Amino acid sequence: MATKVIQAIYTDDDILMNAVKSVKEKKYHIEEIYTPFPVHGLDKAMGLPHTRLAITSFLYGVVGLTVAVVMMNFIMIEDWPQNIGGKPSFSYIQNMPAFVPIMFELTVFFAAHLMVITFYMRSKLWPFKKAENPDPRTTDDRFLMEISVNKKNYQEVTELIYKSGASEIKLKEN
Amino acid sequence: MYKMSKKLQLTAIILMIVGAVGLIYSFVSTPASVQEVEEMLAHDEHHGEHETSATHQSGMKQNHENSNHENEAKHTSDDSHNKSHAETDGHEKSHAEHVYDQLKNKPWSAIYTSSLFFFLIALGAFTFYAIQNASQAGWSPVIFRVMEGISKFILPGGIIVFVILVLSTLQLNHLFIWMDPSIVEHDEIISNKTGYLNDSFFLIRAAIYIVGWVLLSRVIVKNSRKQDENPSLKLHKKNFKLSAIYLVFFIVTESMMSWDWIMSIDTHWFSTLFGWYVFASMFVAGITTIALVTIYLKSRGYLEFVNNSHIHDLAKFMFGISIFWTYLWFSQFLLIWYSNIPEEAVYYIARFNDYQLPFLGMVALNFIFPLLVLINSDFKRVNWIIVMSGIVILIGHYLNFFVMIMPGTVGESWFIGIPEISSILLILGLFIFVVFKAISSVPLLAKNNPYIKESKHFHY
Repeated sequence: MATKVIQAIYTDDDILMNAVKSVKEKKYHIEEIYTPFPVHGLDKAMGLPHTRLAITSFLYGVVGLTVAVVMMNFIMIEDWPQNIGGKPSFSYIQNMPAFVPIMFELTVFFAAHLMVITFYMRSKLWPFKKAENPDPRTTDDRFLMEISVNKKNYQEVTELIYKSGASEIKLKEN
Repeated sequence: MYKMSKKLQLTAIILMIVGAVGLIYSFVSTPASVQEVEEMLAHDEHHGEHETSATHQSGMKQNHENSNHENEAKHTSDDSHNKSHAETDGHEKSHAEHVYDQLKNKPWSAIYTSSLFFFLIALGAFTFYAIQNASQAGWSPVIFRVMEGISKFILPGGIIVFVILVLSTLQLNHLFIWMDPSIVEHDEIISNKTGYLNDSFFLIRAAIYIVGWVLLSRVIVKNSRKQDENPSLKLHKKNFKLSAIYLVFFIVTESMMSWDWIMSIDTHWFSTLFGWYVFASMFVAGITTIALVTIYLKSRGYLEFVNNSHIHDLAKFMFGISIFWTYLWFSQFLLIWYSNIPEEAVYYIARFNDYQLPFLGMVALNFIFPLLVLINSDFKRVNWIIVMSGIVILIGHYLNFFVMIMPGTVGESWFIGIPEISSILLILGLFIFVVFKAISSVPLLAKNNPYIKESKHFHY
């Protein structure tokens, strides 16, 4: 782990994108980028791996569907198959259309909520969490890039950052 | 500029010839008289006596085993059905006569189903185009010419459907039982509907729909082509307005079209969301056809400005509208199944008893398959996956029309045999011929469309 980071502040997302590309080209390690809003294509420029949140959501949906089917099958068919308004409670498939609204809703419920909770856990978000913001202006109109450096290369990185159009450059000890 | 290849032209012509021959054969080979059907039935019984009695018995046993409400309802409705038949004809129609009518209807309903299917594909594709115009979509203008080409089939398709409807009113077939005065006379339910369902009003309505669709689509397409030479925004704004007018006209006439051309086959039955249901089916089939034609042309190297983000968007529409179709299919089914009112439930009882495989199979083809395949974002960019699921969706929606039309016309005598397949081939050949001829008549990239640049750079 690098002990020092350079914090470069940009005023524009286009300049930031170009800076990211030039830093990536020189193969320096970008520790983190803070932006006030999503910058389209930034993850691609940084080379971040694609999110797998959608896959988890699909799996949670399958779990929700299973829960609905097992629950309705047990309650309506196995445990107490009584005659309610002439609905055929002899087997699950015979009365299936009546369960579809529940199957659908539980699938969506599980897929949505468990995915959101997964998102919170993976991005370490919870109430009373201490904000990790290096500079409060990055929530308003500034963009901040952190690049880890060591004694040997911090001079060159600073020069590169300066050329890329940063409005402020700071060297921070971690 | 695209030129329809000789090979494709030949394929289309061969399809048409094979289809026409098959269709003529199936018209000729329908039984000529009731006696012939009686002999045929006697022959069948003799051969399959053991089998039929066995299946009959097991069927009876099953009915007894789960003697639930549904089955009771089925019995009572079957009874009432028979009774109404007996009443309408003044005398009990013999089984052979019944089968004779069904077999006579077979080639007619086969050609009617496929004509309607391909006509509505063209109409669905054009509706998609009109929506793109009216919503000022920025992604789609590069494939406008494909949609315009497909919409050219509205005229020939509409003429074919109209001719079949005219032949029906001339009593040359029995697709629509309300057209038979001897039935209407004795059927109170139908005779109460003659204010709406009568030959002349029916044909006038059909003419209004078809003429309206053809005129609006031709004018819009023509404007779009005129725009190639005319860089002003006037034509674009005109098309915007015309598309909005078309969409209003379309949604009213489409709904009525579905009552007239499809729902009135089961004259005793009605459903309020039927128009939407038919719309969803033709819309997804139209979008799928757009995607397939686009991928075909791109694979031939004619659409270099279409990237896989465009394909991705079309696939998203295929996916979304497939789900929408399923939603409507299920909503219609669930409400009728749940309340199980005999006069509504007969519709589904006929389909569950005689059409179980196509009826439930199409749900698998139209819902489960696209749901599992097209849900993946990466898959929606892979051409062969789109083509495969597109073909599955088109087969599924043909089956949807099949199951909507056949039970009311040929009943339990259905089979996907020579008449059905040859009429699909006939109309498919004509469709391919007309569509690709239309596409090859103009450059594939619309010029001067204000969104064309955005569309070329569309990236998702």
